[in-house]
Amino acid sequence: MRYMLLIYNDEAATANAPRDKTEQVLAAYGAYTEALKKSGAWLAGDRLRPTQTAASVRMANGNTNVLDGPYADTKEQLAGFYMIEATDIDTAIEWGGRCPAASTGTVEVRPIWEMTEYLSEK
Amino acid sequence: MENGLEIARAAAEVAARQSYGRLVAWLAARTRDVAGAEDALADAFAAALERWPRTGVPKKPEAWLLAVARRRRVDAVRRRLTSEAGREHLKLIAEEAEAHMTDEDLPDERLRLMFACAHPAIESSVRSPLILQTVLGFDAATIASAFLVSPATMGQRLVRAKTRIREAGIPFRVPERAELGERLDAVLEAIYAAFAEGWSDPAGTETQRRNLATEGIWLGRLVASQMPEEPEALGLLSLMLFAEARRAARRSAEGDFVPLAEQDCLLWDRALINEAEALLSHAAAMGVIGRYQLEAAVQSAHVARRLTGRTDWVAIRELYDALLSIAGSPVVAINRAVAIAEAKGAVAGLAALYVLGDDKRLDDYQPYWAARAGLLARLGQVPQAIEAYDRAIGLERDPAVRRFLQGKRAVLRN
Repeated sequence: MRYMLLIYNDEAATANAPRDKTEQVLAAYGAYTEALKKSGAWLAGDRLRPTQTAASVRMANGNTNVLDGPYADTKEQLAGFYMIEATDIDTAIEWGGRCPAASTGTVEVRPIWEMTEYLSEK
Repeated sequence: MENGLEIARAAAEVAARQSYGRLVAWLAARTRDVAGAEDALADAFAAALERWPRTGVPKKPEAWLLAVARRRRVDAVRRRLTSEAGREHLKLIAEEAEAHMTDEDLPDERLRLMFACAHPAIESSVRSPLILQTVLGFDAATIASAFLVSPATMGQRLVRAKTRIREAGIPFRVPERAELGERLDAVLEAIYAAFAEGWSDPAGTETQRRNLATEGIWLGRLVASQMPEEPEALGLLSLMLFAEARRAARRSAEGDFVPLAEQDCLLWDRALINEAEALLSHAAAMGVIGRYQLEAAVQSAHVARRLTGRTDWVAIRELYDALLSIAGSPVVAINRAVAIAEAKGAVAGLAALYVLGDDKRLDDYQPYWAARAGLLARLGQVPQAIEAYDRAIGLERDPAVRRFLQGKRAVLRN
């Protein structure tokens, strides 16, 4: 099954971290990504720019409404994601726990709703 | 003052768990309906955890829980209805309690309950969680978080396992001599699994996990006290106590990981070590060797450093040789390779490690990569060592250990 690991972190804390700390975290992510790839679980993954670069779009009554910032203003922000292949949610949770973000923020683990399953369940 | 409250709370919790487990075991042993027994007692247990820290533990905790459970039954019309099974149990409680509870205590059936929970017909991954829930009253969410499983999944597994106990007619008994060995293994393994989950949080930052180590030891004591003639039951308790004794030394004041070889022996808990040593020699005197005794002996050899100032790697290697022959696993093989490296050099250690290279299970196993990285680094094979460190770092979930490995890797670069 495919799973999405959504990484939530405190952006301000990340931005204010000293350089050596940032390097350590980067290296940890590098190693984590490599481990995912070597085990064949990695499908995709990327880091997101901070929410101040985000724009939220909504169409209402034929008008396009564009707002600055993320969809929801929260204490922790969506900072990146991994798409992985795992046999079950326990395996996905295990990978989620190894993600460096699990010890600084939160890693949300979500199963992908494959289109074929979605159609047959609906 | 805060501290006094904490102590009262801890004491009340221990007493509540003791009584709760005894009552669940006592009821379930009669009906094979674990879920019904838990239902009947759930409210009373919750009430005890809420009240006892303030009022102190009652003289007869079990009688208290039974009385509350019965009173709740009367309230049940007004309150949320307890399940059909729960009502049956409450009736049983009411009848038997009056007969039994007057002056003598309930017979302790917890060991039988544990054997039911660790029965071969129960899926092995759920045995340990099931024991934690039925004997200690842990809720599914707490257990799920400690075992890194989603709460919904854990809840389903526990329910399914209890249904299976009832429907498959799994007996509540301590097996006969002939089959005891294998069945006791399953019980000990389940206890060790609980302990090991707790052990993986050395700093004790995740309260639920640290508690699991304590609860594992508690269950180990329970089994050892009820089966004092079983050397492996004593061996397991000894092993857990040796490990627990080193807890304080496993992290520096800054929260950094400290490998066993660099730990300050003065931080080891001497009382626990002495108890572990006594248990181990008592077990060894019975003359039947086993996995847990051997692992405890390895621990004993490690902590001997506090007396001799050095580690006897040759002895440790021999213990791992013996372990490999009776309970071979990749984990044992890796530890053996590390011991060989210490006794005979990194080349020999690496050779022992490479023999395992084909085992698919090692791909995602952090200790394998960490051991490999360490030995490659010692031999000056820097690029390969860095690659192995990267694998180990990427597979580690404990930030302190991750930092430690990153530090080792950084040194190689220079």
